[in-house]
Amino acid sequence: MGRKAFRAIACLLPLLLFSFASAWAGEVFEATLKNGLKVLLKEDHRAPIATFQVWYKVGSKNEGPGITGASHLLEHMMFKGTERYSPMQFARIVQKNGGWSNAFTGKDYTAYYENIAADRLELVLELEADRMQNLLLDPQEFKAEREVVKEERRLRIEDDPTSLLREELLASAFKAHPYRQPVIGWMSDLERITREDLYRYYKTYYVPNNASIVAVGDFDKFEILKKIEKHFGPIPPGSNPPRPRTVEPEQNGERRLLLRKEAELPFLYIGYHTPSLTHPDRFALEVLSAILSEGKSSRLYKGLVYDKQIALYAGADYSWIHTDPNLFYFYASVLPGRTAEEVEKAIYAEIERLKGEPVSDRELQKAKNQIEAFFILSQDSIFFQGEILGMHESVADWRLWEAYLPGIRAVTVEDVQKVAKKYYSEDNRTVAILAPIKGSSQ
Amino acid sequence: MIHLEIRKKLYFLILFLLFLLSGLAWAKEPIAKRAVLDNGMVLLVGERPALPIVTVSLLVKAGSAAESFEKAGLATLTAALLTHGTQRRTALEISEEIEFVGGSLGASAGYDTSTVDLTVLKKDLDLGLELLADVLLRPTFPEEELKRKVREIQAAIKRKKEEPGEVAQKAFSEMVFGVHPYGRPVEGTEESLGRITRQDLLEFHRAFYLPNNSIMAVAGDVTIEEMVTKLTRYLAPWKPGRVRESPMPEMLRKERPLVKKVHRNITQANILLGHLGLSRSNPDYYAVLVMNYILGGGAFASRLWENIRENRGLAYDVSSHFLPRRFPGAFQVELQTQNESANTAIEEVLKEIRRIREEPVSDQELEEAKAYLTGSFPFKIDTNPKVAGLLASIEYYGLGLDYVASYPRLIGAVTKGEVLRVARKYLDPEGYVLVVVADQEKAALR
Repeated sequence: MGRKAFRAIACLLPLLLFSFASAWAGEVFEATLKNGLKVLLKEDHRAPIATFQVWYKVGSKNEGPGITGASHLLEHMMFKGTERYSPMQFARIVQKNGGWSNAFTGKDYTAYYENIAADRLELVLELEADRMQNLLLDPQEFKAEREVVKEERRLRIEDDPTSLLREELLASAFKAHPYRQPVIGWMSDLERITREDLYRYYKTYYVPNNASIVAVGDFDKFEILKKIEKHFGPIPPGSNPPRPRTVEPEQNGERRLLLRKEAELPFLYIGYHTPSLTHPDRFALEVLSAILSEGKSSRLYKGLVYDKQIALYAGADYSWIHTDPNLFYFYASVLPGRTAEEVEKAIYAEIERLKGEPVSDRELQKAKNQIEAFFILSQDSIFFQGEILGMHESVADWRLWEAYLPGIRAVTVEDVQKVAKKYYSEDNRTVAILAPIKGSSQ
Repeated sequence: MIHLEIRKKLYFLILFLLFLLSGLAWAKEPIAKRAVLDNGMVLLVGERPALPIVTVSLLVKAGSAAESFEKAGLATLTAALLTHGTQRRTALEISEEIEFVGGSLGASAGYDTSTVDLTVLKKDLDLGLELLADVLLRPTFPEEELKRKVREIQAAIKRKKEEPGEVAQKAFSEMVFGVHPYGRPVEGTEESLGRITRQDLLEFHRAFYLPNNSIMAVAGDVTIEEMVTKLTRYLAPWKPGRVRESPMPEMLRKERPLVKKVHRNITQANILLGHLGLSRSNPDYYAVLVMNYILGGGAFASRLWENIRENRGLAYDVSSHFLPRRFPGAFQVELQTQNESANTAIEEVLKEIRRIREEPVSDQELEEAKAYLTGSFPFKIDTNPKVAGLLASIEYYGLGLDYVASYPRLIGAVTKGEVLRVARKYLDPEGYVLVVVADQEKAALR
């Protein structure tokens, strides 16, 4: 009753906006099963639907030489059958119940999800619990799926010049840490990786004590928890999987690379090593990213696209939901008749401006408003609510998402200038340039 | 006697009232409320008060299909430049104002319609609507902004040439639709964009951006009464006018396969195979949805998926679509496979098209398709932008405000016989267009 009363009052208050973050985060319910499986539940009764997500703390950073792409290939194989369900049955069962299931793999995690009518949830609980422990990895299926993933690599990387450039950027910016490896894997590894490699990988990482369940939607959390316990509780825990030990050494000098490839326009990436989720600088860096590239009034758009008219588009991306330090990178597509050098210089000019003079109070406030609005808008999607919790929990702790808005609100003009100076240095950057060559198209 | 009659009547009256009440309680609520403003604009509001946000989508019933061949790209430029200067604000002032509150305001054109989209927090709704009205009613299309945008779109067109999928799509549309406006890219060509003047934009705006040619779909924390009050104020100067309807050239079906090969030094063949489909308002649309789900629209459960990806490992993605448009859109199968497998993949696609035309689908296939199409409907309306998008379609295609209730009925009524009939009517394994962008030497198409 207490909660209902609270909601009724909250609806009447125009001030809801400001109490929103705490009200929202307060509603995440956390439990850990005896086998170590973490469970995060959030009720959302706006529609009779739910998202159910299983997150494994394993991704491309756990792969060594020779088996790059293993996490992602295993993600594909998770749809290819267990003793109880033949290949294709998984998707068939979910879809004929009006649901949708898919999965994605990153550097730090692999996630599986089903978006489905809330009254059909138990069905997917059973399916997910089954494939957490009973995956077949049938040799025939494995061979066919390896070909599928090779096609995926051709589609997403090999025939896409900017993706290929990004792969080059990461491989150069990181010389030791496994973030240098592409999530999809190197082609030669995809050709040679074996069914046994994957089986070992599955047995090592797909254990309940290395996983989290996130569900958001129209259910009663105690009821759903009981069902989760019933299906996932009996799965025995495994030993704690190994974590990569390598730390990327400090970079002491610019790295620069060129990719020659058939393309229409030059493209460039500039990446700076920056800390990730657990570092206090992340808030100022996130604000900086908004100042640089959120919308048409942002600095990069206004400077490079609108005023100077040298780029087709330009932006910045701070990828910070990671276990280990990753990159804050700038990117731009160069307009015909202009050069990558010109654009690179213009980006440095924007960077120097950020280091040299503090941003205005209004500009800082705009960035904060944009982040805050995004935070509220994102609550519209139950899938996103689950995804952001799952990411945080897989990388460190879901509570860090709770700390997000307060952290952003506390950022000052000085903080912004300080992190710009600290990370955007010549010695800390890797520059990757796509130099188009003319092909023999007919 | 009379007394008894009255009692009986009363009894029936009460029964009838009870029936009405129960009917009211159980009837699915319409997804939105509808009003027509004095100036003729149709307003639909899906009231969703759970989150303090509002999405507004204004649809103008004119897109690239309303422009001439010489001025291809006019609808796109008109829409894109709405937010680039008004009688009251410069381009930068507009973006600065909306972005300061974390909102967004933008416009774009499609083949049949143009859309102005606004998203704001509820507390900024007035600011958002004032800006939306300003860009809608008082755009000035400054010369400088026009030049800038033309250069930008020309560069984007150039960039698309490095994306094999885009190259294939452009060639495919040209061949399927011929001289019909669906045959050219919405954004125009590098040449046609250069021919467009500020005067053209002003005229396109004057001719088509009319309240009686527009639908406003709103979803979020706002009531229809609030919206009517606000719009009466902000859109007061917007006056109706006569809507021009341009004659459309005929679309011609092909008699035999028409093949286009484009060479690129790439690792995969990008394949598009298809032909004319049907319009969104065609009553066969729902049977076609079911049929296509089984063929290749049903993602991980379709025949094309099972054959080409699951069994043969030939492609990462393969799917078929009937593009819903005002005039018949395309039916197309799309896939990418390594150059060397192109022939096999094409053969298998044609085999599946023939099979679904020759033999009835199984009971299980039919039931699963219907179960997915109806069961997944709640996910089509689970966010404000999705609700606003659906509301605009409901009004534009005349689907009815009871669509949430009528859709499962329409899907539920589809039979195996219907599936076979529409497969025969709307699929053609003889008169198709095939586009293959690939390393042609390695693909060695037969």
